[in-house]
Amino acid sequence: MTTLGVASVVIYGAMFIVPGDPATLLVGGSKPNPEALAAVRRQFHLDDPFWQSYLRWLSGAVRGDFGVSLVYRSPVSDLIASRALTTILLVAYAAIVIVIAGVGLGVLAAWKEKRAGVVITMATTVMMGAPTFVMAVIFVAVFATGLGWFPVFGAGSGLTDRLWHLTLPAFALAFSWIAYVAQVTRAAVRDEIRSEHVDTAHARGVPERLILRRHVLRNASGPILTVSGLTVAGLFAGTAVAEQAFGINGIGALLVESAAKQDLAIVQAISLVLVAAFVVVNMLVDLCNALLDPRAAGRAAR
Amino acid sequence: MSVLQVAPKPDSREITSWGARFDGPTTVACVIVVVFTLAAVFAPVIAPYDPTQVDPSAVYQGPSVAHLLGTDNTGRDILSRLLHGARSSLLGPAIVVLIAAVVGTVIAVSAAWIGGRFDAFVSRALDVIFAFPGLILAIVAVAVIGPGLLAPAAALSISYIPYIARVLRTAAIRQRNLPYIAALEVQGFGAVAICVRHLVPNLLPLLIVQATVSYGYALLDLSAISFLGLGTQPPTPEWGLMVANGQSSIIAGHVEQSLYAGLTILVAVVAFNVLGQGLAKAFMGDDR
Repeated sequence: MTTLGVASVVIYGAMFIVPGDPATLLVGGSKPNPEALAAVRRQFHLDDPFWQSYLRWLSGAVRGDFGVSLVYRSPVSDLIASRALTTILLVAYAAIVIVIAGVGLGVLAAWKEKRAGVVITMATTVMMGAPTFVMAVIFVAVFATGLGWFPVFGAGSGLTDRLWHLTLPAFALAFSWIAYVAQVTRAAVRDEIRSEHVDTAHARGVPERLILRRHVLRNASGPILTVSGLTVAGLFAGTAVAEQAFGINGIGALLVESAAKQDLAIVQAISLVLVAAFVVVNMLVDLCNALLDPRAAGRAAR
Repeated sequence: MSVLQVAPKPDSREITSWGARFDGPTTVACVIVVVFTLAAVFAPVIAPYDPTQVDPSAVYQGPSVAHLLGTDNTGRDILSRLLHGARSSLLGPAIVVLIAAVVGTVIAVSAAWIGGRFDAFVSRALDVIFAFPGLILAIVAVAVIGPGLLAPAAALSISYIPYIARVLRTAAIRQRNLPYIAALEVQGFGAVAICVRHLVPNLLPLLIVQATVSYGYALLDLSAISFLGLGTQPPTPEWGLMVANGQSSIIAGHVEQSLYAGLTILVAVVAFNVLGQGLAKAFMGDDR
């Protein structure tokens, strides 16, 4: 919650720190006449003290009212709402890919350390350095224009068509995060495999699969869940790059476009929404951790 | 990020033998980093063409003796653009890491030294910054200040402070409780003198490791911002910008510009990561 509070002050306050009139910023970079500026000032209550105008903005934001974009000339919340579904779908798709592939690779690397461990470690080290937009370019070149399996741009319509359109973006977005989750999973699982209770289980003749499921994965799930949560939360920031790279009309693309046009009303709104999503996902992860391991409850309740 | 959890051994003699302990990948990474840095410094000397020179008669040329990596959609030499691009692509992260390292060290050491409420406040503040996605902060900064290298670099240097300060703080607290600090205090040395002359030098290996790894990620973030069109502006050559610029040519089957620029970013980021992990191993005997 503190994070969200501080974030809202930073996001709103940013336009007051830079030299110059916030009103000229809100108009969106064009050269406005004095009357228009005065109107903007009245609309955004810029003549009030900072805390008053901030609180007015925040109370509006809580109710879902972010004011009117001066570039699009329509309510910011409408602009966001019409694009939200695509972004949520993309983030969810990428999150599922990351958790399945990341945890799978990590467990495999730790369990079959001799055969798969080295290869997976090397692969994930390279993968971690692969930015979303580079993978986007490679995926488009190979799977879209090269093999023609997937469409190049756009988000499609209807659920299956959308998922088909979002496959390349989701994998590009997920790529480096898969490696991150895999490395953490591998470390967590390996620590458990080397622990004494696993040796004891082996000695008692418990089957390998049962050891892996009951004794190793159960204990290793804490750090894996925490990191997966952080990763998924981070996707909300990364979605801007994936959407821009694939020409998907989502929230992230709108954020980038508005930042380039200096359309502050939109940038403030989307930043706040994305940070809120980030914080909420992290809170959910803490909650899940507490359910999985009651000992962690004390640490999570801050 | 196993690097984040390790602390340096107080014995600084370990450091003197690090050259002998570099393994294969670390050596390769080190060579790549040096080559890239030299390329950035000597770009005007070694680049065969002017990176902004448009040549309509030589559009989309494949690799040849004249153009080793071919030309882009306006006939500019891709190799020359990569070499010149190294300048802004490598300078940005350097600014970010330098600011984050200096500010982060000061914050970490003073928090560890003063302790108590101040330390609790600093830790909380670092948690808040840590939870704020750097990319979003950078985009907000661009929206307010305007596109260019400056705004995102300033925003990211704030975002990267926790990556350095958190680790250093833990290590500094450990050092603070060691007998040599108490001995120096008994001898009457002031807090600043002890910190600057004894404490910070002992944290240096850890700082170098964190800064190296952070550099790779800062490079990744900044090139992503340039890719989005919010960072370095054309016609200045920059790697992320080159990937974006070449995107429209991919549909026509000319992947060279985007691909080479993208691979350059990938190689650079991986090299800094591997180097950071190798340094951690060499400095602290971290075998993970």
